Amino acid sequence: MSDIPAPKVNRWPYLIPLAVVLVLAGLFGKRLLDVEQGKDPSLIPTVLENTPMPAFDLTPLPGRGDALRSEDLKGQVTLVNFWGSWCVACVAEHPMLLEIARSGVVKIQGVAWRDEPDASLAWLARHGDPFDKVGQDPRSHAAIGFGVVAAPESFVIDKQGVIRYKEPGIITREKWQATIKPLIERLKSEPLTK
Amino acid sequence: MKWSTIFLASLLATAAVAVEPSEMLKDPALEARAREVSKHLRCVQCQNETIDESNAEIARDMRLLVRERITAGDSNDAIMAYMTSRYGDYVRLQPRFMPVTYLLWFGPAVVLLLGAWAASRRMGRRYKEPSALSAEEQSALAAADDRQEGGRA
Repeated sequence: MSDIPAPKVNRWPYLIPLAVVLVLAGLFGKRLLDVEQGKDPSLIPTVLENTPMPAFDLTPLPGRGDALRSEDLKGQVTLVNFWGSWCVACVAEHPMLLEIARSGVVKIQGVAWRDEPDASLAWLARHGDPFDKVGQDPRSHAAIGFGVVAAPESFVIDKQGVIRYKEPGIITREKWQATIKPLIERLKSEPLTK
Repeated sequence: MKWSTIFLASLLATAAVAVEPSEMLKDPALEARAREVSKHLRCVQCQNETIDESNAEIARDMRLLVRERITAGDSNDAIMAYMTSRYGDYVRLQPRFMPVTYLLWFGPAVVLLLGAWAASRRMGRRYKEPSALSAEEQSALAAADDRQEGGRA
């Protein structure tokens, strides 16, 4: 029997399924590692960094200062924070905002997103008020303009009124120290060109 | 009877619609346009629903903004362009036709063609006449036959 030559069969196509499985395993593994390292796969990458902030003119909370207008923010570096009294994560973020406001590094402008003015004011009275101005955005016009998905979200705006950074969640101490504060310091030293 | 009723009812079920009567535009033609645009916009919070179907609050506000823009005279394309400028291509439920999405658009057709090519090769081979045995194979066959007959005898 052994002297009958075996028919020549091309075997490499049988490796294709194995290759597909290996490639998929690699992709899934990478994704799992990303999630492990804190990258949230549900985050939508922002397209707004380095684009001018949208124009807005938001009514102030009753009895609390002036309207929040995009025009007024130009000429200085600003941190714009979207929050709401209904937002649980905002409570967690709030002590950090208060600390930033106390440090005087940057003025924080608040957007009371989809909130009742009374509820916003009560919330600020209870948790403390880190904001320079607070504008109401009851129907999400400003929020959609900023591509906001869920509160809290914050934006660093430079002197020219250009969005330079988006923080898609809670500003933690680590993010503030490592990324946001150094960026704001750098932007403050940039000259105003317009 | 009961189960067949449930089965038939499930056939009639369609995607849920979240648009509330109070949101709708008075002009049916404009409202139809708003529905059309809404069906092409993805809810940014829930990620796999259109804003037309989603009950998320941000989806509701996006629906209202679509209607505001339509009332203000914007074209469907202008509204899609505005939403894309705010949320990126992600917000379009139907991916645009551009180099990074070529694989998405052409992928299935390419896989189908590859499969058809592979299948035609295999079938062609199966129905081909077997080629004649070489001299070497013939002598090996003859030797095997001899051995077998010898064994039987």
